[in-house]
Amino acid sequence: MRVPRYWRNKLFRYRLVGWRCINCGAFHHFKPLVCKRCGSRGFREVELPKTGKLLAYTVVKIAPADFKDKAPYLIGLVELDDGTRILAQLTDFSQDELKDGARVEAVLRKIREDGESGIIEYGYKFRPLVG
Amino acid sequence: MGKIYVAGVGLTKIGEHWDRGLEQLMVEAALKALEDSGLTRVNSIYVGNMAGEFLQEQAHLGAIIAEDLGMVGTPAYRVEAANASGAAAIHAGALEIASGKADAVLIVGGEKLSDGLAEEVSSALLMGERQEYEGFIGADFYSINALLYKLYMKHYGVKDDMIAVFPMLSHKHAKGVAHAQYPFEVSLEKILSSPYISEPLRRFEVSGVGDGAAAIVLIGEKLKSKIKAPKTELYISSATDFMTPFEREDPLRFQSLGVAVNKVLDEAKVDRGDVDLIEVHDATSIMAAISLESSGFAEPGESGKLAINGEFDLGGRLPYNTFGGLKARGNPFGATGVYQVVELHLQLTGRAGKNQVDSPKVGMAQSLGGVGATAIVTLLKAL
Ligand SMILES: [Zn+2]
Repeated sequence: MRVPRYWRNKLFRYRLVGWRCINCGAFHHFKPLVCKRCGSRGFREVELPKTGKLLAYTVVKIAPADFKDKAPYLIGLVELDDGTRILAQLTDFSQDELKDGARVEAVLRKIREDGESGIIEYGYKFRPLVG
Repeated sequence: MGKIYVAGVGLTKIGEHWDRGLEQLMVEAALKALEDSGLTRVNSIYVGNMAGEFLQEQAHLGAIIAEDLGMVGTPAYRVEAANASGAAAIHAGALEIASGKADAVLIVGGEKLSDGLAEEVSSALLMGERQEYEGFIGADFYSINALLYKLYMKHYGVKDDMIAVFPMLSHKHAKGVAHAQYPFEVSLEKILSSPYISEPLRRFEVSGVGDGAAAIVLIGEKLKSKIKAPKTELYISSATDFMTPFEREDPLRFQSLGVAVNKVLDEAKVDRGDVDLIEVHDATSIMAAISLESSGFAEPGESGKLAINGEFDLGGRLPYNTFGGLKARGNPFGATGVYQVVELHLQLTGRAGKNQVDSPKVGMAQSLGGVGATAIVTLLKAL
């Protein structure tokens, strides 16, 4: 990913900050002009909760080029405590902890490096919530 | 709107064509389609291709194909809608015929995936998802499918054999098909014991990497009586859905496909029950199951049971993927949607050889871009 493109959307990637439609409540990862669900144009900035539960997970074996040296890695569908569903990489899971329904929390981690831009890209991942 | 007819079809065998480039494959298919129709010129050319800019670093395929066909001067464009690019090219060409602006158009879908390494093909496929979201975290096409697979099994309380039955069926129908990439049967046991590509999705539940091209000639009413080649009548509709299945009201339903199927049945004045055969977008086993259910050919959660009961066999109620579908005929991304329509046309004109379905009157092809964010549905009627 080119540096400006990465940089433009770092609020969501670093802190799970996005925009919620004032009319219908739809969550948008990146600043929208028009709501994807109802078409209205009013939004408020929200920071999503950092904890939730794992609805389902899988393991990527044959990764896209930028992730080739990371495979195998975990991808999960997470339902945050406010009901928002997001896709994320999972990290720090032991085999025992890895089950659908597990409680998870967001952490900031390295996503990849040395792409076209050469920079190190950071973003959220989810790890098991202990206790 | 004027009527649209398929008047010629052509295709290449799908495989790893080390000795031929993307353009050559497309020209081979196009020449066959033109020859089948008896035409030597068309008003416009529409090229379907998804990954050429990435894998071959080649844009501007419209003008290139026009030149390589000796048709310099003819308007020619590439149309792109991820894995539905071929069907999108048909849609664009069909609209030009229906508008009356063109009397004949050529559609060519082509893709050459073997030019890329495995991870590059994965990257190409990921370009059909949103790079800002799925792309950034490496949630590739198969991982999204794997999550849907898990949700499906949990929601409907079914096991993986009810989903893995679809690749078995596609392989059964591909057996001995000359243009298929994998023309052999694979048992359900073998599918279910193949390694995970993205758990619970297994290696033998996803389409392979292949090169191929397919082409069709579309004509309008004006040329219909002048062309002697076997013809079928074509209807086509399309719809979109949210990019990420998990943001849809029901992730286990391709709303886009349901809408496009209803629209095309309505336009063609055909009842769902009158469809005699169907080509389903089985890029993965789970997409096949969800497609059949989203388009009303099976109740939610029931498609696997129908498949096991033989309803989708060549001699069944609704013959499915009669030349092997994406799984076994092959899935060269931007060509696939055109292959589907070529195969329907062969069936409806009685030229399907040993795979011939008993005198079909109506066939449907479903092409999906991404995980159902684009759905394009073509319906052919025998004349
Ligand atoms: Zn809204």
